[in-house]
Order: sequence, then C-alpha cells, then structure tokens
Amino acid sequence: MREITYRQALNEALAEELERDPNVFLMGEEVAEYNGAYKVSQGLLDRFGPRRIIDTPISENGFAGLGVGAAMVGLRPIIEFMTFSFSLVAFDQVVNNAPNMFTMSGGQFNIPITFRGPNGPAHQLGATHSHATEPLYANAPGLKVCTPATPRDAKGLLKTAVRDNNPVLVLEAELLYSSKGMVEPPDEELLIPLGQAEVKREGSDVSIICYSQTVPLALATAQKLEDEDISAEIVDLRSIKPLDEKAIFDSVAKTHRVVIVEQDCPFCGVGAEVCYRIQQNIFDELDAPIIRVSQEDVPMPYNERLEKAVLPNADKVIAAVKKVCYA
Amino acid sequence: MQPVEQRDEVEMLSLMLLIRRFEERASQQYQAQKIGGFCHLYIGQEAVVAGAVAAVRDDDYIITAYRDHAHALARGTSADACMAELFGKETGCSRGLGGSMHFFNRQNHMYGGHAIVAAHVPLAVGLAFAIKYRDEDRVTLCFFGDGAINQGAFHEALNLAALFKLPIVFICENNLFAMGTSVKRSTSLKQIVDRAEGYDIPGEIVDGMNFREVRDKIAEIVSSIRKEPHPTFVEVRTYRYRGHSMSDPASYRTKQELEKYRLDDPITRLRAQLTREGNLTNEQFDQLDKKAKETVLASVKFAEKSPQPQLDKLYDYTYANGTKP
Ligand SMILES: Cc1ncc(C[n+]2csc(CCOP(=O)(O)OP(=O)(O)O)c2C)c(N)n1
Ligand SMILES: [Mg+2]
Repeated sequence: MREITYRQALNEALAEELERDPNVFLMGEEVAEYNGAYKVSQGLLDRFGPRRIIDTPISENGFAGLGVGAAMVGLRPIIEFMTFSFSLVAFDQVVNNAPNMFTMSGGQFNIPITFRGPNGPAHQLGATHSHATEPLYANAPGLKVCTPATPRDAKGLLKTAVRDNNPVLVLEAELLYSSKGMVEPPDEELLIPLGQAEVKREGSDVSIICYSQTVPLALATAQKLEDEDISAEIVDLRSIKPLDEKAIFDSVAKTHRVVIVEQDCPFCGVGAEVCYRIQQNIFDELDAPIIRVSQEDVPMPYNERLEKAVLPNADKVIAAVKKVCYA
Repeated sequence: MQPVEQRDEVEMLSLMLLIRRFEERASQQYQAQKIGGFCHLYIGQEAVVAGAVAAVRDDDYIITAYRDHAHALARGTSADACMAELFGKETGCSRGLGGSMHFFNRQNHMYGGHAIVAAHVPLAVGLAFAIKYRDEDRVTLCFFGDGAINQGAFHEALNLAALFKLPIVFICENNLFAMGTSVKRSTSLKQIVDRAEGYDIPGEIVDGMNFREVRDKIAEIVSSIRKEPHPTFVEVRTYRYRGHSMSDPASYRTKQELEKYRLDDPITRLRAQLTREGNLTNEQFDQLDKKAKETVLASVKFAEKSPQPQLDKLYDYTYANGTKP
C-alpha cells in the first residue's frame, strides 16, 4: 500500500482501464489538452493520444448522447462532466436514453457507459454550481450510482464502473480531490464491487450512515463524540444504487440507533430511501426514530456563512446523535 | 444615464476605466480571500459592453453569462453593490446570495449573471418575447461567449427568435477561448457569425477593441429593430487579458498573443481618439482614472463594513411568498 491522492487514484483507474481495453475512451470538456479542469486526466492525452482522450466543445447533451450511441455498438465510453451540475444540461441522455435502452429494445442494447466527474457542493459556487445530483440519478431505474469518499474507493469503484455492462455514474467528491489515503500498488488489481458499503469505523452506540463528502465529516464527528463517551459506527455507503442493505442492517442491529448524514437536499433524498428500508425490514431493532442530517431545502446561497448553515456540519451531526441516544 | 444620442464618449471612457479598475481590485480582493467561489474578470473586453450600452436606452433589456461584473456596472449598478456582492454581503446587487457569477439588477433591466453556459440565451429570447407581446419598442441585448454557441440551448433559442421575429441582438463576445479551448478546436465554422445564417438571422462582425465601432454598429441594428422587430447576431472580436477565472494560469496561449492584444487596448484606443480630436487632455484622463480608482477603493470599504445576510432569512428567498412549503 502507498499513500496517494483521490485525484491520482482516479487517474490511475482511468489509465489502467484505457490500457486494458481498447474500447474504452475518455471524452469531455478540457479533459485532454488542459489535463482536466480538476487535473484528474493529467497526462492521459500524452499517454493514449487524441483518438482516445477527446476534448469536446461545451455541448453536454451532445457528447453524453454521443457516448450512449457509441456504447450501443460496443464501445465503452467514459464521459466526464466538468461538474455534475452541468450534467443537468444532458439530463435527457443520462436519464432518458442511457438507462432505458436495454428495456426498450427488449434486451438488445445494453449501454456500458460511465459518466463521471465532481458532484456535490464545493465552496461558495452558488446555486447553479452546487448540485448534489445523487437522488436525481438514483431515482432513474437502470442507472447505477456510486459515491466514493476515499482514494482507494475512488480507484476501485471507477474501475468497476468502466467494466460494468450498464450505465454507471461515478459521483466524485469535488472537495476531496486532494485528500490522501492508502491504496494498493498499481501492479495489484483493485476492483471494488458496486453495492458494497464499508464500515469506516467500528462503534457500538449509534450508526452514522454517510457517503461521499459526508464521510470525512462523520469520521471527524465520531472523534468528537468519543470525548462524550458515545461510540459511533461509521457506515460509508460507497454506492447509492445498488444499496448495501445488509451492511446497513448489520450495523443497525448492533447499535439500534441511526443518524443518516447525506450531502443532498432533504426532500426525496438518499436518506429517505435508507430510512424506509430500515424501518421496513428491521423496525424492531430501532431504539429511537432515525434522524437525517442533510442540506437545508433551499437553493445554495453564495454567502459563506449561509452556505455553512445550509450544509451538514459537525454540530448538526452531534445534535442528531445526542437526540437518537437520548444523551 | 442619458439617451443614446447625447451619451458622452468621455463618460463611456470613464465607464471603461471603472470596469477595469473594479476588476483589478476584485482580483486583489480575491487573492486576499475576501471573495469566494469562481471569479471571472472582464479586463480587455471593456469596449464591448460599453459600446453596446451606449447604443441603447436604459429601459432596454440586457442579460449575460457569468463574466458579468462589467455588465452590471455598465447598467448603472454601483461599484458598491457589485463589490458587496462579491463579498457576499446583504448590500450586494443579489443580496450576497448570487456571488460573482450571478449579478442581477431588476431596476436597471440587467437580467443576470448566468453561470450555466448558454442557459441564459433562451431566457433572453423570453425577454424579447415579452417586449413583442406587450407591443413595446424595447430591445434585448444578449451577451454570451464563443463557448456558448455549441450548446443546444443556443441553437434552439436562435431558431425561436427568428421564427417569432423577436427584438433581440445576440452579441457573441468572441475572445477566442472558452476556458482552455480555442474557437478553432470547438467550432466547425470558419467564423462564428456564420451560425446566424443557418437561422436566417442577419449577422455582423465587429472589432471589439474599438468602442466606436461597437457602439455604431449596435446603434444601427437597434434602430432597425425598433422599426420592425427581428433578431440580429453580432460577433464581437475581443480578448481577455487574464485567465479564464482566477484559478486559470492560461498556459494554453502565448505571451506574444496576449501582448499583441494589449497593444490594441480598448481604453488606450478610445483615449487616443478623444485626445487626437481635442476632446480630452492628459490631465483630464488622469482625473477620470483617479476617480475610477477612488470609486472602487470606496466600494471595498463599503463591502467590508456591510452586514452579512441574516441567518434567519435563509428561507426568505426560496419561494416568492417567502414561506416554507
Ligand atoms: C453547461 C456548462 N458547461 C461547462 C461550464 C464550465 N465553464 C464555465 S465557463 C466555460 C467556458 C466558456 O467560455 P466562453 O463561452 O467563450 O466565455 P468566456 O469565458 O470566454 O467569457 C466553461 C466550460 C459551465 N459553466 N456550464
Ligand atoms: Mg470565450
């Protein structure tokens, strides 16, 4: 194992998959000559050339659709959205074409495509540039959605996504690109299955269920809760869809108390689905009602203080944990 | 501001200076971390918006993309309100909720500040539709970058404008780059203006470093639109001196290219024209520049001492009636 950044981990995953399969190509805005708006595709143009690392004009709907079409005839496109806020311009292709094709064609056309890029609020980018799109996409039957929070998960999930025969969205965490973590050396194949959560920290009093940018938040909060003698278990979903029910239920059966910390907005958010599944399946294990900590239900304000008030934070998580623990 | 015929060129030179000094100061304040998020500067392109607003009335509509500080200033939004917006303050032109990319000023008919590339072009067509619907003689000026012309929204909007014969001027601020992508690498056409032809919209190419040329061309177009509503497309050739945003080192272009354009600076040009004609002395120019700098410096002070938006008003601007659903 060695320590690399989340950005490097994604870069390695791309390079390895491009190397492995000549049908894989990377397309998006500024991915080639500029080496990626967030430098995730650094060096790939030099290594794989312009046939496979392809800059596009600002035409999200066009190149997302191009990817779906290419996938119909067997290529395995990796489509980068400069951020998932811009994927909304391509919503029709991602939601209406990619996942419906297999069903509509009676199983003739599967769509092995990966849509990837940063997702979720960053820092003071305002309402148009701060979308957490995971509930929008997870709501569409036929799509798979993963949300890696660590370099290791980023690499393993992206590689799996590229090999999947269905449309998969890899929602990267804009604020975590420079974060570091231990990852297997490049000569060891690292594949992390979709639909497998991971307990990032063991605990016994409360299960904090989180994903993406809320994982480091939950981990930091768990540290603080330790000082108050509350032992939090951190369950990182890693994939939103498929959802790892077993990992969730196992943790809840152990702690009997649940706080869900999600980076999206509350209405029909990821936490709503998780809540539903818990109460439906293991209602009797719960010692307290589940609490969700999410964004506030407002378009993201630019002002820094208001933005902080909108986002989940340690204080909100601690308050929720205390409430479910009756502490 | 005065109606177009009498609008003074010296006044417009002051506006261009104000824009430049504002952007320089914004850059400095961004580096000092007083400003957050993305911040795109207009330095080098001043003659485009100045020429355009000099050609229209104050009640005509204007709308632009995210490189919008200049458009707000040109529409009479105070430097105070603009700087305060960058600082995220309550006194900002969007109450500190919009930020650099989302400047608005309803009173002065500045309809944004839009950060999704080309998403505002259909909105502009909507503004123009409303003008025609109400049988008014206003026009809409819609500014956008060379990067916007390959979005579906742009194409749909142009067709709608042509089909419904709407009073709108599409102003493409062609600064040769969309982020790191040159027009040559983004667009199949030899020249951008040819986009208009596909929709049967008349098109013009204008030198965006020349204030007078921009103003005169747009004035001519606007007067024809006021007689009989129709869309027109103007490709304005310009250049941004700075990187795409504050975080872009702009290593995709050469120093020589930048220098070439700086020698053709729009402010220097208008100044030289006015001086040559005996309408501006060096002392007067220095005076204007000093005033611009002072105004901008005062705007920083204003922004600094302005209050933050209040936390308990977080939900006030989500729905128009101010209530939580
Ligand atoms: C739909 C969408 N895709 C991508 C972006 C990211 N982006 C912001 S500005 C920009 C370049 C736009 O260039 P241009 O239209 O030429 O305007 P300029 O920056 O030169 O003023 C890009 C790619 C965005 N804001 N919206
Ligand atoms: Mg441009």
